[in-house]
Amino acid sequence: MATKKITTIALLVTVVVIVQIGTQLTGTSYYLTQLTMTMYSCLLIIGLCLVMGYAGQISLGHAGFFAIGGYTSASLTTLNVLPSLESGSSCVHLLNSFGLLTASTSMYGDPLLRIHPWIAFVVAITLTALIAFALGIPVLKLKGHYLAMATLGFGIIIFRIVLAMAFFGEADGISDVPGFTLLPGLTVTGNIEERIVNYYIAAAVLISGFVLLLNLIDSRVGRALRAIHGAEDAADAMGINTARYKLYTFVLSAVFAAIAGVLLTHYTGGISPSDAGVMKSVRYVAIVAIGGMASLWGALAMGGVLNFLSLRGLFGSYDDAVFGAILIIIMLFAPEGVLRLSLWSTLKRFKVER
Amino acid sequence: MSLDLFSQYIFAGITYGIIYAIVAIGFNIIYNTTGIINFAQGEFVMLGGMTAISFNHFIPLPMAIIAAVLFTMLIGALIEIVFIRWLESPSVLRMIIITIGLSIIIREIALHVWGDTVRALPYFTGNVVSSVTLLGASISPQVLWVLAVCSCIVVLLSLFFKFTPLGKEMQACAANRLAATLCGINAKNMVTFSFMLSAAIGAVAGCVVSPITSSQYDMGTGLAIKGFTVAVLGGLGNSMAAVAAGLLLGILEAFSIAVGFPLAFQDAISISILLIILFVRPHGLFGNKEAASLKEF
Repeated sequence: MATKKITTIALLVTVVVIVQIGTQLTGTSYYLTQLTMTMYSCLLIIGLCLVMGYAGQISLGHAGFFAIGGYTSASLTTLNVLPSLESGSSCVHLLNSFGLLTASTSMYGDPLLRIHPWIAFVVAITLTALIAFALGIPVLKLKGHYLAMATLGFGIIIFRIVLAMAFFGEADGISDVPGFTLLPGLTVTGNIEERIVNYYIAAAVLISGFVLLLNLIDSRVGRALRAIHGAEDAADAMGINTARYKLYTFVLSAVFAAIAGVLLTHYTGGISPSDAGVMKSVRYVAIVAIGGMASLWGALAMGGVLNFLSLRGLFGSYDDAVFGAILIIIMLFAPEGVLRLSLWSTLKRFKVER
Repeated sequence: MSLDLFSQYIFAGITYGIIYAIVAIGFNIIYNTTGIINFAQGEFVMLGGMTAISFNHFIPLPMAIIAAVLFTMLIGALIEIVFIRWLESPSVLRMIIITIGLSIIIREIALHVWGDTVRALPYFTGNVVSSVTLLGASISPQVLWVLAVCSCIVVLLSLFFKFTPLGKEMQACAANRLAATLCGINAKNMVTFSFMLSAAIGAVAGCVVSPITSSQYDMGTGLAIKGFTVAVLGGLGNSMAAVAAGLLLGILEAFSIAVGFPLAFQDAISISILLIILFVRPHGLFGNKEAASLKEF
């Protein structure tokens, strides 16, 4: 077991390093920017894969969780708290005395005092987890169409909120989000000089998330989830607390989406309402479906390929249509995902025998 | 609030409410025969409005509307024949994803055909400024058109299901597909008919409402969500209850604006209602709990 895990990590790290060196050698290191963004999206997608493939629950609202994470972090870190420090807000003073505020100057040379991204990160993740928890309790009692519509409805509410509120920048979204200094010298930012570092940060986050999920599905929890997916009543009868497992999985995947939202927002320096849109949620579902629903590897691979191609602008103005078409074709002809087609199953069998 | 203003809001609410009800009935027709929620239902409304506007450039308005309805029926039939007919007992999740995919494709095609400009059919009688005074409220004649046409649809549909052989065959399929097949009814054709019927009434709704609300390529999703809210509110599969639920939602929305609720959050109201109903009373306001528990969601 342990060797298998190490092999997995080694394999992923090798791919990441080879791609980086490859782009450097061919002088195409601008690909790294899109690859970094792709990897953050993949983080959300493998989280969604856990909910859809393993717990068997559809969520058409994951862009909403992404947006909660991204918008919370963006609005907090772009907030200038200097006025409230001067007017003597005790809360701001407390943060300041712990060194959790960062001073900088605006474009026009005015002094700015901002909340440290780590604080914003913690707030964003906590908030998302709470919302997912509160939403999950009633929503996960629903099945099929009702669950799909309820999560879709949640996504639309989030979209409407960020679109309508001045605090979230309305249709423009929030821009000029500062970098996220994880550790001194390690900043999530879109600066060209730090492109390679950021590529590795994203890779590290994604691989840790992936290994975490792989461990999870190989554990007691994973077996319980698969039992739920197979037959919920039977799982209930076997003494599995199906409601709790579904809820925890849902919250975990929402947290994954929020982490992706926070990091991607700091990386690109902004977030806009379209990131919370229904189409985004549908796209995530599409990628999980193409990867084969209950396949983290499939979700990771397809998420990587399709997001990257989409970001490269390969599909042009047909971007959404391409995802819609893929969705239909996969569901009609290969509901088990493309990686389960005959060629791949032979390869898989070969791997098992070895 | 004065009585005049009150009836003004009531009329606004009823106008939107009956459109939601029509979309909900479209959901119900397909749901009853197949057990599928067609997420592309709102796209039928959009297609009806948009094609009628295009046809109206060449032929007079009544002809254009008829042509648009026939065209949308054709699309509905094509969707069923190409994407749904040959699937062997597909899972609910699979059908959800396929119909969502279809709605995206239809919307994207509409975007490429018509662009993202807002269009509208001309008023059936009079124009933007003409109004009729009724119960103290001054309303556009188009509102009367909407009310009349939609009421006709509801009445004709119930007559169709009660008295015509085709309607009865469709109901038989909805009640028990296997038994209907044993009685010599071609269940697969009934499913195709249900898609055509639901596309047709969606298209009619799209045409009559176009002068008031305008048509745009992406109007479908919002309508679909509200139509679904109404369908659930009335109890999925129950078309008469959907009318009551539609009027309720429409009036609620109208008065939420009256009391100063921000317009931007208007969608949020219906979605919140949807969520609350789903959590508290998933069999709908008028539904029967025992009957609902037998259905597969």
